Amino acid sequence: MSSSSEIYSLRVNGKEQHVKDSWIGESLLYVLRERLGFMGAKGACEQGECGSCTVLIDNEAVCSCLVMAASAVDTDITTVEGLATAESPNDIQQAFVTEGAVQCGFCTPGLIVAVHHLLEGNSTPTEIEVKEALSGNICRCTGYGRIFSAVQLVISQREKSNS
Amino acid sequence: MTIFSPRSLPEALQAINEHPGARLLAGGTDTMVEINFRHFEPTDVISLRHVHELKIFEDQANGYRIGSAIPYREFENGSYVHASRALSEASRTVGSPQIRAAGTIGGNLGTCSPAGDTLPVLSALDAQVELSSINGVRTLSIHDFMLGVKRNARNANEIITAIHIPKVDGYQGYAKVGVRNAMVISIASACLVHDISNKRVAIALGAVGPTIIRCRESEVWLSENVDLSMQSSLSTEVLQEFAHRVSAEARPITDHRSTAEYRTHAVGVLAQRLLKRAML
Repeated sequence: MSSSSEIYSLRVNGKEQHVKDSWIGESLLYVLRERLGFMGAKGACEQGECGSCTVLIDNEAVCSCLVMAASAVDTDITTVEGLATAESPNDIQQAFVTEGAVQCGFCTPGLIVAVHHLLEGNSTPTEIEVKEALSGNICRCTGYGRIFSAVQLVISQREKSNS
Repeated sequence: MTIFSPRSLPEALQAINEHPGARLLAGGTDTMVEINFRHFEPTDVISLRHVHELKIFEDQANGYRIGSAIPYREFENGSYVHASRALSEASRTVGSPQIRAAGTIGGNLGTCSPAGDTLPVLSALDAQVELSSINGVRTLSIHDFMLGVKRNARNANEIITAIHIPKVDGYQGYAKVGVRNAMVISIASACLVHDISNKRVAIALGAVGPTIIRCRESEVWLSENVDLSMQSSLSTEVLQEFAHRVSAEARPITDHRSTAEYRTHAVGVLAQRLLKRAML
């Protein structure tokens, strides 16, 4: 049994990261941002309502604010930084830009992770499946129309490149 | 403060025995809200994430044994969607996809909120809660397990290891009222199970009392007035009388989510709707 009080390490985007001088009750969101410098996941509600802190843990999309960071040892954590780089955005990120699905941008990283997770499990989701999959991500600017257009664009582009 | 990450059930039981006051962390979706908002400061935490025994689902002769740390997602549309239609419907209404990927049925029982979405289902199914400690295993009826608002019968050195639900021949469904479709805590909820072989209907209500309410009197009235050995279409009078009786068994309060009057009315509507679906 492993018990740790102050130092532990997390596997973030494939690399071991040592967490020092932290309080054990800290959320994964806090540790990612404040201890490890991953600023992609955003903190807003801190109660799992807004989805802006969405990350993948062992390929499941979860709210990082509701994960006790120290409990996530020995899992694979993927943040938006692990999906692509600023220099070469992935097709989901590019589609968000193309369709104007980004306004203030605060919810965008969480949405990118949620869309990535959806399309990994289902490459041709129906409109209702897209809405269902993004129901945990709140956007206060766009009214969601352009976000759904961006998802549709990714789906059709991927279909084309596969045919 | 210390966190323990046991890798097996024996290790977890050892840990809770040595630290009986420790907070058991399942999906974290309740505990982390309390911690983030400084409503709770943990001293010792036992994370159940890596306790694989708690994630086992077993299809047994008369029912299912559900590992307590299986997330809602698996019942909503995952591997165990067939276990119970009502459990599947209830799981689907919990929070958001992110919450349902993390939150677990064992956690719902551990928190024991009157608004816990799977609890009316477990009540209507007369589920059995399996509790383990280093001294052994005991099984408790769900009705004896839930004691009050966020209070249950788990002893400080025990872990909820599984939930047993029966296989029932007949309709079962869950319905809930909230302010919108996603990300909402119940204002009122109900689960109805039609057990055709035993000629009875069970109905349990959520968020209208200190804990889940089983409407025993309404159930008896229904069995005396309707042939429950099959699906039979019911008159409007019977449906309305059932709704009225279920409402009368609710014990709601007025709080920031709704009023007692609305909740009383809502559970009647939900009961009537579910009974209608059962008899279609």
